[in-house]
Amino acid sequence: MDFQVIIDNLPLYFQGLWTTVRLVFTALIAGLCLAVPIALLAASKNRWVSILPKAYIYFFRGTPMIVQMYMIYHGMGQFGLMRESFLWVIFKEAYWCALISFALNTAGYTAEILRGAIAQTDFKEIESARAFGMSDAIMYRRIILPSAFRRALPAYGNEVIFMLHGSALAGVITIVDLFGAARIVNARNFVPFESYIAAGLFYLCLTFLIVWGFKMAERHWHAYLRPRES
Amino acid sequence: MSVIIDYIPLILKGMLLTVELALLSLLIAMVLGIAGALAKLSKSPIARSVAGIYTTIIRGIPDLVLMTILFFGGQIIVNDIGDKLGWEYIDISPFMAGTVTLGFIFGAYFAETFRGGILAVSRGEIEAGIAFGMTPIQVFLRITLPAMIRHALPGFGNNWLVLTKATALVSVIGLQDMLYNANLAGGSTRKPFTFLCAVAFLYLVITGVSNFGLRWLDKRYSVGVRKA
Repeated sequence: MDFQVIIDNLPLYFQGLWTTVRLVFTALIAGLCLAVPIALLAASKNRWVSILPKAYIYFFRGTPMIVQMYMIYHGMGQFGLMRESFLWVIFKEAYWCALISFALNTAGYTAEILRGAIAQTDFKEIESARAFGMSDAIMYRRIILPSAFRRALPAYGNEVIFMLHGSALAGVITIVDLFGAARIVNARNFVPFESYIAAGLFYLCLTFLIVWGFKMAERHWHAYLRPRES
Repeated sequence: MSVIIDYIPLILKGMLLTVELALLSLLIAMVLGIAGALAKLSKSPIARSVAGIYTTIIRGIPDLVLMTILFFGGQIIVNDIGDKLGWEYIDISPFMAGTVTLGFIFGAYFAETFRGGILAVSRGEIEAGIAFGMTPIQVFLRITLPAMIRHALPGFGNNWLVLTKATALVSVIGLQDMLYNANLAGGSTRKPFTFLCAVAFLYLVITGVSNFGLRWLDKRYSVGVRKA
């Protein structure tokens, strides 16, 4: 094994690292913003309200992310209307296609996590909120959502890791993220082992960082669940 | 429309490969998973740390990256060993590489699931087995394994669904699964969206059938358990 090639190409890897982090972070923020309304609608008891968001969740959780990404990256060009519209500026760029498909995908998974957390709210909490005369909006803002977010935290940590791992797909559609950088290094020097293992190590570090971050977050937000220190 | 119908056999052929790939790698993953779970629960510190490293590394690196490492690297390693032992050049088929890689990756996830399942089996049942004079292997095969399935089933179902979706990644390393064939068909007919929709639908079919089967299994293994 010859890791000199990797050291020579470290700038490329760091460029890829930055792209990966930016892509994942933006997709997660956008996905979370989408997921909250979807989850609220999907948790509704009215079947006509919940059917569309549930179908959204079912589709995005039931199909591979790579298919969703191809549908946006390769698929959108099929429609002449799309190619002529102003949206084409966005849909012809691989970066935007990856970002959009990642955000839509993580929105589906996050919405399901939140929906489950909302559905699990203790009914006594809702009863006492009603007894205090809270309107639905206030009840959601003060009672249901804060506790649902707390319950959703561990599962959301897993979703963030899955998003990071899924983001390697961006390298397949010509984006120079960590995986894309490894592909370039391999293509130039033919060092498949070294180049991909280096990328793997970067991903491993990012995963550990996320795990640590969520541990800290849980320590803060789940402080009331910790056994009391005597 | 007729153009699309011409390509249906190709897509269905790809679907067959996807299902084969998923089932075969499930088999490998379950064997590795049980071995990993037993190693994690064993008294030997070496077995525990080997299993710990295996699950941590596999679950910390994207499956796509692992697949490329094992696919390209595995080929080199096998032939390096073959060179020293004087074998002829061995060409690993993409199907074999894909199956082994997916099995190897998901073995780590199954190890965690099975570990949880084994821990959920009540200690009393195992003690009863020992009291009957069973050997450790008999205790595992007759008591722990059947009793653990019920506890491991939800995690098992989850892993299976993630595994079927991960099979789509093999199209990146050149295996002709349904996604690969759909891209081919979409490229030559200039209707990629139509074919990708068909693939998405077929994945939903696989998921739906699996959910149905998993519910049946759950019912079968929860016989005798009272539910609230």
